[in-house]
Amino acid sequence: MRLKTLLTATALAAGVAVSAQAADLTVGFSQIGSESGWRAAETTVSKAEAKKRNVTLKIADAQQKQENQIKAIRSFIAQGVDAIFLAPVVATGWDSVLKEAKEAKIPVVLLDRDIDPSGKDLYLTAVTSDSVHEGKVAGDWLAKQVGGKPCNVVELQGTVGASVATNRKKGFDTAIASHPNIKLVRSQTGDFTRSKGKEVMESFIKAEGGGSSICAVYAHNDDMMIGAIQAMKEAGLKPGKDVLTVSIDAVPDIFKAMAAGEANATVELTPNMAGPALDAIIDYKANNKTPPKWIQTDSKLFTAADEPMKVYESKKDLGY
Amino acid sequence: MALRLPRAGTPQILAFLAILAVNWVVSPQFFDTRFQDGRLFGSLVDVFNRGAPVALLSIGMALVIATRGIDLSVGAVMAICGAVAASLADSHPLPVALGAALGAGLLCGLWNGLLVAVLGIQPIVATLILMVAGRGIAQLITEGRIVTFSDPGLAWFGGGSVLGVPAAVAVVFGMLLLTVALVRGTALGLMIEATGGNARASALAGVGTRAMTLAVYIWCGLCASLAGIVAAADIRGADANNAGLWLELDAVLAVVIGGASLFGGRFSLGLAVLGALIIQAMNTGILLSGFPPEFNLIVKAVVVLAVLLVQSPALVGILPSRQWGRSWRRR
Repeated sequence: MRLKTLLTATALAAGVAVSAQAADLTVGFSQIGSESGWRAAETTVSKAEAKKRNVTLKIADAQQKQENQIKAIRSFIAQGVDAIFLAPVVATGWDSVLKEAKEAKIPVVLLDRDIDPSGKDLYLTAVTSDSVHEGKVAGDWLAKQVGGKPCNVVELQGTVGASVATNRKKGFDTAIASHPNIKLVRSQTGDFTRSKGKEVMESFIKAEGGGSSICAVYAHNDDMMIGAIQAMKEAGLKPGKDVLTVSIDAVPDIFKAMAAGEANATVELTPNMAGPALDAIIDYKANNKTPPKWIQTDSKLFTAADEPMKVYESKKDLGY
Repeated sequence: MALRLPRAGTPQILAFLAILAVNWVVSPQFFDTRFQDGRLFGSLVDVFNRGAPVALLSIGMALVIATRGIDLSVGAVMAICGAVAASLADSHPLPVALGAALGAGLLCGLWNGLLVAVLGIQPIVATLILMVAGRGIAQLITEGRIVTFSDPGLAWFGGGSVLGVPAAVAVVFGMLLLTVALVRGTALGLMIEATGGNARASALAGVGTRAMTLAVYIWCGLCASLAGIVAAADIRGADANNAGLWLELDAVLAVVIGGASLFGGRFSLGLAVLGALIIQAMNTGILLSGFPPEFNLIVKAVVVLAVLLVQSPALVGILPSRQWGRSWRRR
């Protein structure tokens, strides 16, 4: 853990050093819109990261429409920005506008989401999280936590058909596959919301004999877990003690639950996608160094040992 | 008796019992009920408790549909009122937070009513405006985040109880009794049905159809705000993006399952609430069954289709045992 902190600190220091020499860049960021708390936090963090590096960041809110994003990119090209960040609302239909950017020699960096493989040579790099890996980190934590003891797990899935939900399930399944003592006994969708998470957990508790046979809950996001924690409390169970919890996203409220001893672990989907993207662009502009095609963000695991209240304080004003 | 249950409600009651029986088969502990922290606890209790928001919506929706209208904005109104209640709960006394939330619901209902009754805009279009705009208003109130609260007074609507009955269920029951007393204890119900049956003829006969239309939308807004309060209290927070999302459709479905016609002219509040419980019994059953979630919507659609087919006059007519079908419906 200490080594990791040290590495992060070094990386940060390096970032500051780079930014000192490469000031006065202008970057246009076509953001999707305000679809979720995480998205709002991403916008806040992007602004802060740009300021840290003396980069002028122009954000265009697309209100969840691809045509607005295409318009924004064209206007960034017309303004002659140094680079364009794009959080694509859909995966297809970017070829012609990205070609225009390429002809204008403006590098494009994708944030958070990837686009159709046909456009691979049209952007410089993509900064995204690997949601299969997030599920795996959650599964590995649980496997380590229970050791060799038998453990019945219930799963609250995200919205059926959402790629994030499919991937987070896949990652978790891979992680527990090598541990025959961990068994996934029930799995239902909670639509990524608190109220559905609570409703589904209520029925899981009843279906599993009052919850006595449930050893752990895995939720594809923290909001469903917060609902599930309430359901467990109302059923007289002690989440965090009788029943282990692990979920993904690291929204501020889960840290409150963690501080109260009602949640055990969460895997962060970092809202800081712009930081690594800016570093890549600065390096590219200053030293002409081409970054790898995919920059994977860190899926950090938080537990009660990480001073949850401190993390809560640092996250609560980001707009989640 | 105002509810007219035994005569008109046979298919709905049978459907409800059949779904409960199926739930019992897929999950043998379905009827197990015990006390937990002074509150009834069990799957059957969940059906009533989880069905409360839609049941509340269906009370208002039944009246609106009886006037040949429809209110698509109830889900968004839930989100607005939940947001208002949650953002005021910790900084103001409970009556202020509740009053503001109910007031917001009344205002939303008044807006819909004015568009429909005074400006003569078609209900589906008029309420679509607030359905779209309302969620935006709720997001403005919560600033796009989930506003949580810790006030025990407001939380009571989600976790409290009245004589062991979950508070949300008690709220539904109270609202149902109040509405039934208002519309069936007086001539209001008849006038609402008359407005829906033939507005022009009723107006000529002296029924204040414009006032009736205005009143039902306001009442619908009030029901939606109660539903919003219950939903926010349940998760101890207001989730403007998801609270009441698509519930307007469930409410319309509940009213239709309850035997009402979208062409107006008749309604039964008790059966509309029963319709909401049928929908929730199905949802709870699916969750208990352990089916993969990909099947949820398909199972739901098939069951709804079955319930509506049983009620279809045309289909009952086609059945070989004509006599049986007719006498069954009449009884």
